[in-house]
Amino acid sequence: MAVAFDELRQRADARWQDLTAGPKAWIRVGGGVSGEAAGCDAVIEAFEKAIADTGAEAFVTRVGMLGLCYAEPLVDIAMPGGPRVYYANVEPDQVAKILDSHVVRGQPDKSLAFACSARPDGNGIDGITPLKDLPDIAAQTRIVTRNFGRIDPTDLLQYIANGGYAGLDKALESMSPDQVLEEVKDSGLRGRGGAAFPTGLKWSFLSGSSAPVKYILCNAEEGDPGAFNDKAILESDPHTLLEGLILAGYATGATKGFIFIRQGHNEPINLSRKAVTDAYEVGLLGEHILGSEFSYDAEVVLTGDSYVAGEETALMEAIEGKRAQPRYRPPFPAQAGLWQKPSNINNVKSLAFVPQIIARGSEWFKSIGTEKSTGTALVCLSGNIQRPGLYEVPMGLTIRQVLEDVGGGAPNGKTIKVIQTGGPLGGVLGEEAFDVEIDFDAMSAAGAILGAGGIIVGDEDVSVVDLTRALIAFNQFEACGKCFPCRLGTTHMLETLDRVCMNRANANDFELMERIGNSMKVGSLCGHGQLGYNPILSAVKYFKDEFDASIQDHAGAVGHFPDGSMITPTRTRP
Amino acid sequence: MATAAPDSGDEIRDRIRNVLQGQKQDTVTVLSSLLNVQDELHYLPDEAIEETAAFVKSTINEVWSVASFYTNFRFTPPGDHTLEVCWGPSCHVMGAQKILKSVQEELGISREGETEDGKVTLEYNTCLGACAQAPVIAVDHIHMGRITPQHATSIARELQSR
Ligand SMILES: Cc1cc2nc3c(=O)[nH]c(=O)nc-3n(C[C@H](O)[C@H](O)[C@H](O)COP(=O)(O)O)c2cc1C
Ligand code: FES
Repeated sequence: MAVAFDELRQRADARWQDLTAGPKAWIRVGGGVSGEAAGCDAVIEAFEKAIADTGAEAFVTRVGMLGLCYAEPLVDIAMPGGPRVYYANVEPDQVAKILDSHVVRGQPDKSLAFACSARPDGNGIDGITPLKDLPDIAAQTRIVTRNFGRIDPTDLLQYIANGGYAGLDKALESMSPDQVLEEVKDSGLRGRGGAAFPTGLKWSFLSGSSAPVKYILCNAEEGDPGAFNDKAILESDPHTLLEGLILAGYATGATKGFIFIRQGHNEPINLSRKAVTDAYEVGLLGEHILGSEFSYDAEVVLTGDSYVAGEETALMEAIEGKRAQPRYRPPFPAQAGLWQKPSNINNVKSLAFVPQIIARGSEWFKSIGTEKSTGTALVCLSGNIQRPGLYEVPMGLTIRQVLEDVGGGAPNGKTIKVIQTGGPLGGVLGEEAFDVEIDFDAMSAAGAILGAGGIIVGDEDVSVVDLTRALIAFNQFEACGKCFPCRLGTTHMLETLDRVCMNRANANDFELMERIGNSMKVGSLCGHGQLGYNPILSAVKYFKDEFDASIQDHAGAVGHFPDGSMITPTRTRP
Repeated sequence: MATAAPDSGDEIRDRIRNVLQGQKQDTVTVLSSLLNVQDELHYLPDEAIEETAAFVKSTINEVWSVASFYTNFRFTPPGDHTLEVCWGPSCHVMGAQKILKSVQEELGISREGETEDGKVTLEYNTCLGACAQAPVIAVDHIHMGRITPQHATSIARELQSR
């Protein structure tokens, strides 16, 4: 059995040797949807043309994202056996010059270089900043993102050459399913999809069932605006998720795993489909995986546009092809889930941690992060921030450290006034909360949640009233329509907030919203309604003055749309 | 049973049936069928609802209930080009409202939908997934980030003349 994997590993090592120490220079360009939005495809085209024109000894790969989205289009070039030199914000018309100097003449273009990696001997290149000294790299502990921007996400062998599937091989060789489960429990891993539920404990509900058909559902819906780490995993290193999905199946005795993605996100969809196909081809999926007694299938399934489809029971409805509306519980998914079979739902990130936990052990994982929030957080910084991007930082850093050291603060000499975390059911935090640690419990206590890891930053010019309205407009638009408190409550709340934005609020409008919010909390069927008031609750807590100003006859004009002209969608679900 | 339809209706039914029967994935459902048909036709005509109901042995009501739930489904043909503008919170903070305004003005429409000449479809998106490059738009499903209102206006203008 291990023979098959050893053979794979040998092929993988040979491939990696070819790529890094072969006769040609390796040019990697950061892709993914972020790279695309920054214009990476024109840069790739320019490199391909320049190589064809000059006959330079080089080849180009569209890799995933390194995470430094502000530096995109981001290119790195490694001469055979040499360090990687990074070029940031590359324009297509700079490509010929970079190629000529770096590849043809062997002189990295120091005037354009952004950073460089170290050679095996630890030395980089004089005059170019070592990548590891960049503040946003230095602050990171890259577990899930360790291969991001490094390997071709379409190439299974490159994943294996970098330690991929070693965790699965170890588990199948030397660990019982219960031992794998115990290892994950011991690691303290908590779900990264929102609720921060302990992953090992959740798995034990499924492993306890002796049903012949059981499912692992990987939630890659990623509906939270401002969070893009799940898609980034699928775009940059899809096998790290797939290996976690297979390990979850092994630990719980499940028979099939599903990866659930929203239609239209073509890059993550295509790359995860390719990962599944390639895994079947070499025996990492299907009957007798790597020659063991364990058999397991996987499939990528698509959903239509619906935020609530990311809720665990609505997700099962969507896979069954129905309206993505939550189910009543009990029965719980582990009793009767997808097609009434016992099922377990995990977020992409939660599963993507598992291969490393198994390969390196729970003690190692627990040594990172805080006592109750072990490991790392994949933080997505966007908005008014110098360095927007995806950063994997140890739990326990303060919000301020993430905003200042990693993100570089607000651009244009402004100050950060507000952040929005945990998606549209999360919270709005002000400066007083910036010393709170990135930790599930500390952030909940502050009135927000870490959730999926999105942190949207607003500077002093951002109107919190407007931002809150945009979040509530989202919650109203996305209400699935099934339960009354959420369907009506979100609409009523939006109407009330509209008065606030138009400086026509009545003094008791805040009490009204609180009453609506409380009814939604106790009366709604799922988290969408139960948590839907959170943005207002937290925003009013930290920015009371701004809301008070909107009460009739007060100062007014805290929002930028006092005429009610903010543009938000008009469709509602019938 | 469908009554005799004009030629174009037959043709569309053939295309729909081909898509429905050609679904390669293991899990074939009402939703997977509708997603695949819309990929092919770019909208769901009545025939798509009827054929899907027949194919999955469901009812027209049942299929409509699914089609009307997911906001990506549309029931009239889209314009020749699609311009999506993100209004998610990252893009909001970075000026999405100004992008939306300038695009609306250039296209001469004040909501989602098609321009009068049917050339361009304007869609609002809750998050295009490239939040770190905000504000983000997508032109015929290709993402473009760090957009300014001026840039958005010129893209909208260019799409109308393409
Ligand atoms: C309205 C709503 C939307 C949700 N959307 C997502 C989502 O897009 N992705 C996700 O992983 N979890 C989402 N969740 C949380 C899931 O219900 C579930 O808790 C999670 O996927 C479990 O994975 P975890 O234990 O690994 O965190 C959502 C919950 C609600 C109430
Ligand atoms: S919020 Fe606009 S791309 Fe995510």
